[in-house]
Amino acid sequence: METEQLIRILAADNRRRSPSVGQVLAVALAAAFPVSLALFLSTLGMRQDVMLAMHNPFFDLKFVVTLSLMISAMAVGLHLSRPDAALGGWVALLFVPIVILAIGIGWETMLPQRLPMMVRLVGSNSMTCLLAIPLLSLPLLFAALLALRHGATARPVVSGAFAGLLSAGLAATLYASHCPDDSPLFVATWYTMATLPVTAIGALAGARILRL
Amino acid sequence: MRAANSGDDGSYHRLLKLITPALRAAARKGLARAGQPVDQSEDIVQDILLAVHLKRHTWNPAAPFAPWLFAIARNKLIDTLRRRGRRIFVDIDDFAETIASEPPAEVVPAGEVALHLEALPARQREVLQSIAVDNVSIKETALKLAMSEGAVRVALHRGLAKLTDNLRDS
Repeated sequence: METEQLIRILAADNRRRSPSVGQVLAVALAAAFPVSLALFLSTLGMRQDVMLAMHNPFFDLKFVVTLSLMISAMAVGLHLSRPDAALGGWVALLFVPIVILAIGIGWETMLPQRLPMMVRLVGSNSMTCLLAIPLLSLPLLFAALLALRHGATARPVVSGAFAGLLSAGLAATLYASHCPDDSPLFVATWYTMATLPVTAIGALAGARILRL
Repeated sequence: MRAANSGDDGSYHRLLKLITPALRAAARKGLARAGQPVDQSEDIVQDILLAVHLKRHTWNPAAPFAPWLFAIARNKLIDTLRRRGRRIFVDIDDFAETIASEPPAEVVPAGEVALHLEALPARQREVLQSIAVDNVSIKETALKLAMSEGAVRVALHRGLAKLTDNLRDS
């Protein structure tokens, strides 16, 4: 086909407006979140003393950490959906959840503790955490990757990794309401380890499906 | 591009025609550097044009158009060369330099898009061919194929999206 002919086709299709990547991502996550939520409620569910736990600032801090991870990762992922985007200082957004967590750890060490540090770190639920967060994040990761396909990233691997981080952040938000371990030390150790495989899957999948 | 985005089809047509020579020159340069026959440049040009079209919502109207265009072109070019088994680095200056200078006019018609066009569902193929080959407007295509204008637009867009997917996966 002549390029001239192709251009005619493209010009004829000009009035067709595409939604932004952000809109598509919002719709995709809104569709996938109920799947993860149902999976969560039918297997783990919230912890029994959730009403009481809400008065514990360290319980609440978990949600601040996981949600800030999700929001920062989403912001970077959307930024990278433009082909001419430089990664630049955007990665610094990932320090937001890390700094919040570090402040939490510092705060906890200043308080008198019933349990020794290693007990708080090892917790009582680490294996569930390592399994639940990746499993709950899979529907979200699938949705996020599909949505980012609507973009045009020049860095498919990095974009995929951020899709992994954002879905792990959201999945961890669900899991945090089940998890009986509230110590920021536990969160820093096990939540991080649970996030890594999701990020890796995102990066690998991104390399394949997020190419322009 | 701003005019095109606000629904001015004529501006969009002119824009695509305007950028094509630069894309062609860059594609030739890339192929030459990879030691491949430059007469296949037209496949790459069409590949880039399709990507520009289907991804134009990722351009930020507040930002300059050229860096966005070059980023798309550069990616497509690298991707094509890599698929053909060569690793090559494309300098963004290749595009910048060639913007001003007109390349030689000799062009071999591309085969890849036409090939994948054949594989589309009948309706989408008919609509695309009507507009491309017969140079018929959407309105006339609708009359000719006994479809509504809306249906023609949908078939056109789906056909293009599918064509691009198939091209990428080939």
